[in-house]
Amino acid sequence: MQRTDVARGSKSRRAAAMDKAADPSSFQTQARRSFLRSGMALVGATVASASGIAAARAQRLEIPRSALEMGRIIELEAYGMPSKFEATVKRRRSDVLVNRQNWSDWSMTPLQDQLGIITPNGLFFERHHAGVPDIDPDKHTLVIHGMVKQPLKFSMSDLMRYPSVSTFYFLECSGNGLTDWTKAASTTVQQSHGLLSCAQWTGIPVSTLLDEAGMDPAAKWVLFEGADGSAHARSIPIQKVMADTLLVYGQNGERLRPEQGYPLRAFIPGWEGNVSVKWLRRIKVSDQPWNLRSETARYTDPMPEGKWRQFSFVMECKSVITRPSGGMKLSGPGIYPLEGFAWSGNGTIKAVDVTFDGGKNWREAALEEPFLDRCLTRFRYVWEWDGGPAKIASRAVDSTGYVQPTVAQIAKARALAGFVQHHNGIFPWSVSSNGEVKNAIV
Amino acid sequence: MRSCKLAGALVLLLCSSLTPGAADAQSQNPRPRFGKPISEADIAAWNIDIRTSDGKGLPSGKGSVAEGRTLFAAQCVSCHGENAKGGPMYGTMVGGVGSFTTNTRVLTPGSMYPYAPILFDYVKRTMPMTTPQSLSNDQVYALAAYVLNLNGLVSDDAVMDAESLSKVTMPNRSGFVQDDRPDTSAKRCMTNC
Repeated sequence: MQRTDVARGSKSRRAAAMDKAADPSSFQTQARRSFLRSGMALVGATVASASGIAAARAQRLEIPRSALEMGRIIELEAYGMPSKFEATVKRRRSDVLVNRQNWSDWSMTPLQDQLGIITPNGLFFERHHAGVPDIDPDKHTLVIHGMVKQPLKFSMSDLMRYPSVSTFYFLECSGNGLTDWTKAASTTVQQSHGLLSCAQWTGIPVSTLLDEAGMDPAAKWVLFEGADGSAHARSIPIQKVMADTLLVYGQNGERLRPEQGYPLRAFIPGWEGNVSVKWLRRIKVSDQPWNLRSETARYTDPMPEGKWRQFSFVMECKSVITRPSGGMKLSGPGIYPLEGFAWSGNGTIKAVDVTFDGGKNWREAALEEPFLDRCLTRFRYVWEWDGGPAKIASRAVDSTGYVQPTVAQIAKARALAGFVQHHNGIFPWSVSSNGEVKNAIV
Repeated sequence: MRSCKLAGALVLLLCSSLTPGAADAQSQNPRPRFGKPISEADIAAWNIDIRTSDGKGLPSGKGSVAEGRTLFAAQCVSCHGENAKGGPMYGTMVGGVGSFTTNTRVLTPGSMYPYAPILFDYVKRTMPMTTPQSLSNDQVYALAAYVLNLNGLVSDDAVMDAESLSKVTMPNRSGFVQDDRPDTSAKRCMTNC
């Protein structure tokens, strides 16, 4: 039932786009079209089932132009791009917190347009500290040294000769949502939650190479360092490195994009994004952490009494409704598919509940397979909106039994001041009686 | 750890001797080893990390507050502003001590860094942003001395080197706590919550 409604909404949206394309008089700016489209997509199912039937009888269907002519030829070679009608679906730089330069900056994934658990590579969020380098893989070298029997160096072709593994994992920036916990600063879910993406990663376990180098039994920490202009580096506990940390060169079936660390990055499942060091050039083994700027002055959590929580790596269980979400508009009472994503750095998603009255009452949403460890899971609920003001939100439960907390519950344990990190609070959207969906965090 | 490996090896031995046909095919494959040996001396140019808690890895060289002031005016002021009080690109690098118990925490090297050698590590690997890793060790020590001096943490005539930089006492030395999450215990209430 739910699946059908979603599919019909999607078909109706495509039909609307084609009709517009055929009629030049219906031209609208991309931004305007995108805005309208969001609303139309949501009401697609109801339009088709109610007023849509009457409209179809009043007007005979013409054969669409696409069926009356040849399409574009198959190019000799090409890297396929999305339809020109999807031109508004873009990764966007942070414009809520505007940085004064764009090398140490970030761009955000359009989660409102992400239709499955996998983020297309061109829409995967970015966070860099000194811009994106273009590294020739034939000249890239990885070095492992420090507390090992034999320091080793590897070329990319060396690394790609090892048996590879592929796994699906989400990646989330520790600062995802930092603009929105004490005030409703973001309009869209792209702005509020877009430092989140998910992909299939291909590479080799770091443990393979550390075993080869012969790690000192006294080793406790490992440094990962990038070859970019920030030489970004982080200290990682050896248990995590040996347990499931990967050296990754593939993402969603192709080589990493430059902005994701081409030709090589670390990938540390379930942990804050910045520890998965991109453009990886060096792994150093030690018995103590380094306490670098990136793990003291940054990526630490403000705590009560002026303290800071350090080495808080795990991204805890979290969820958000992406459809409907901020900036969209519902066109009148009726049935709407409510959808979103849930994820946990500590395991799989076991349940997601949704509320329509701001958290007083909750109902269990349907989860969509696959239920993968530390990966996005889609949830949905068919909502019959009565046309009155509503406050919608989702609450996820992970395989450890941990329940996503409210902002108020987090505020009791931590200090919500300044650059709030690792914030996984329940995030509400308000729906006003005119159908407008807005950020309702406060 | 070691006994686990031993036990694993024993099991493998038993399996392969008792039921050779059923042995895991993968375990019999030769183990790939494609790393090429390299000496620590050949990694020296990349080996720039400093263990900031005790300054391990700090190189030889030294720099004074005065030298740092001159260098800052030439290479840093355009982004960080006069006296490092904030410029067109970045906010202040001075002050903020005492602000962490207010709602407006001011993060600067002076207020935030628990260990002074962080200044050396970070400036060496990242600055100036347009030409990172271009400063000599003497220049990095000088800039560390200057920024610490602006924050009132070393005297006007201070000279920083591996030893003196590691000895600077930072105000936020005991400002950090370790990860104790989960720190919430929300219940899955469904009605009349």
